[in-house]
Amino acid sequence: MTPTTTRLFSAGAVDLVVVALYFAVVIGIGFYLKRFTKTGEDFFLAGRHMTSWIAGLSFLAANLGSLELMGWAGSAYQYGILATHWYWIGAIPAMLFLGIVMMPFYYISKTHSVPGYLKLRFGEGARGLSAITFAFMTVLMSGINMYSMALVMKVFLGWDINFSIWVSSLTVGAYVVLGGLLSAIFNEVLQFVLIWAGAILIPILGLVEAGGWHEMTQRIATRLHTTSYTHLWSTLGSFTDNPMGIHWTGIVLGLGWVISFGYWTTDFLVVQRVLSAKDLRSARMAPIIGAGFKMMVPFIVILPGLLGLALLPEKLVGESQALATGGHSYNEVLPLMLARYCGPGLLGLGITALIAGFMSGMAGNVSAFATVWTYDIYRAFIRREASDRHYVSIGRWSTIIGVIVSIGTAYLVPQFKSIMDYVQALFSFFIAPLFGTVLLGMMWKRATPAAGFWGLLAGTVSSVGMFAWVKSDPTALRYIALSPNAKAMAEDMYRALWSWCICVLVTVVVTYTTRPKPVSELEGLVYGVTKIPHEGDVPVWRRPAFWAIVIAVVFVIVNIIFW
Amino acid sequence: MHIHSMISIWFFIGAILTVYGAIICVANLVLPAPPGVVLSNLHAGVWWGGILFVVGLIYTIRFRPRD
Repeated sequence: MTPTTTRLFSAGAVDLVVVALYFAVVIGIGFYLKRFTKTGEDFFLAGRHMTSWIAGLSFLAANLGSLELMGWAGSAYQYGILATHWYWIGAIPAMLFLGIVMMPFYYISKTHSVPGYLKLRFGEGARGLSAITFAFMTVLMSGINMYSMALVMKVFLGWDINFSIWVSSLTVGAYVVLGGLLSAIFNEVLQFVLIWAGAILIPILGLVEAGGWHEMTQRIATRLHTTSYTHLWSTLGSFTDNPMGIHWTGIVLGLGWVISFGYWTTDFLVVQRVLSAKDLRSARMAPIIGAGFKMMVPFIVILPGLLGLALLPEKLVGESQALATGGHSYNEVLPLMLARYCGPGLLGLGITALIAGFMSGMAGNVSAFATVWTYDIYRAFIRREASDRHYVSIGRWSTIIGVIVSIGTAYLVPQFKSIMDYVQALFSFFIAPLFGTVLLGMMWKRATPAAGFWGLLAGTVSSVGMFAWVKSDPTALRYIALSPNAKAMAEDMYRALWSWCICVLVTVVVTYTTRPKPVSELEGLVYGVTKIPHEGDVPVWRRPAFWAIVIAVVFVIVNIIFW
Repeated sequence: MHIHSMISIWFFIGAILTVYGAIICVANLVLPAPPGVVLSNLHAGVWWGGILFVVGLIYTIRFRPRD
């Protein structure tokens, strides 16, 4: 990463006041909530007191980091409207599945974490492996958020990259150390509102400037000599007909099934927020509420990327090329559009939205890291018997260490052409196989403890192996991604699919050669041997299943509209 | 955790939106738009600041701490 003072726009005194006020409020919330955070349950699970709305918005905000905002806006510029798949088919079905099918098992088992669930279901081996890979992944993801933040500061304020990384990271570290998950959740809900308040003017004013949606698509078609950038499904019949070089099977099976279900149902970063809900009904509603808002996020993320394609006079390039030439990269399309429309104060609010995104994403990672490190590594393998107060102290220290390690990982990001390529590569390594293990563990009572461990290990190792194979021999792409024309994103989707298949295959084979757990030990953990509490006599419009159906219908309609 | 004595998150959100709305609205009434800003003739800052102020005020009053 090369420090630079190139700036796109000068933020005025009003903008700086807006940004400074935000920093003061989030730190103030951290200090205020410290008095409510005494026990491990308070620090790591926010006391399990959250309503469905707070848990649901926090569930979504933890994912809606600056990585999401800037990375997917950049991907929309690079790949067109195809990037929307990561918000719709790549999220909505999985979020509804989490709320309706999987949440009862997580919630009833009273686990503190996803690795904790694997310990109950498969034993210490699977728990240890998933905890270590998860801890590794979270610090890498934190690094991405820091890098995104540094880009904002570079573009808008001309700040030194190292300075902005340290200021923002220490702020996040401070409020998470003070108030734990409770503080992270409070700030995530605040950040969610500020992200919308700061970003929503871009698509509105962009559409006004372009002359509407139809005019925007016409401009893009004229500039790029193709209409493939504005169609969601109709170009996916062939690897060569769309900007991503992907086939619909990669989108549906790799993204819609493995990556999406893996991330939204087993990544503890998001699941932790739902575990903080005050009861089972709230825990089931939270992902469904999150799904409703998730469906709207392309309006403030994907549309600005498309508007950038239609309206920006300069051509944006890959990250490494931008660093070499001093130009702007895909990842900077959102800040560029912000600068295009925002006057005094509004620019500060827009910068605040991006900083809020950074902080929510990073706080999500460090609070999840602290929980998994404390409960699933430290307490499981280092010091089993200690007081609750001791573990809270370890949680606070591991938050600080997680922040410091994350800073180091920020320097890896420029190695990748696009931020999102880096993220999807990480997901294919760690999340795709984990989904195979958790799914079989929850749905198949015959799956054995040994099978859980060896399936997860085989899936993870094979995914990293496939990545290394293509890096050392690019012609291997034709085997991994089924096409020599596949772009990095397409390769990630297929690699995830294969690693999931290998995990499932190994789990099944090992299951039939090893001894299963007695059924009595699977109660509360596995479908078929767990009694799900009845919802009672509540009106239909208050039932999670009703709202899941409503969201599913809207999901189908929007996909048809943008076909 | 004494959850019932905790100030609602919606109060904090209302308060910050109120202050932001006031700052943005006033700044865009008083200060000229920087050169290079597109569609400055629409005065987006004035009306968006006004909306944030009103919504923020409603939430601040509705979720204010009691006793």
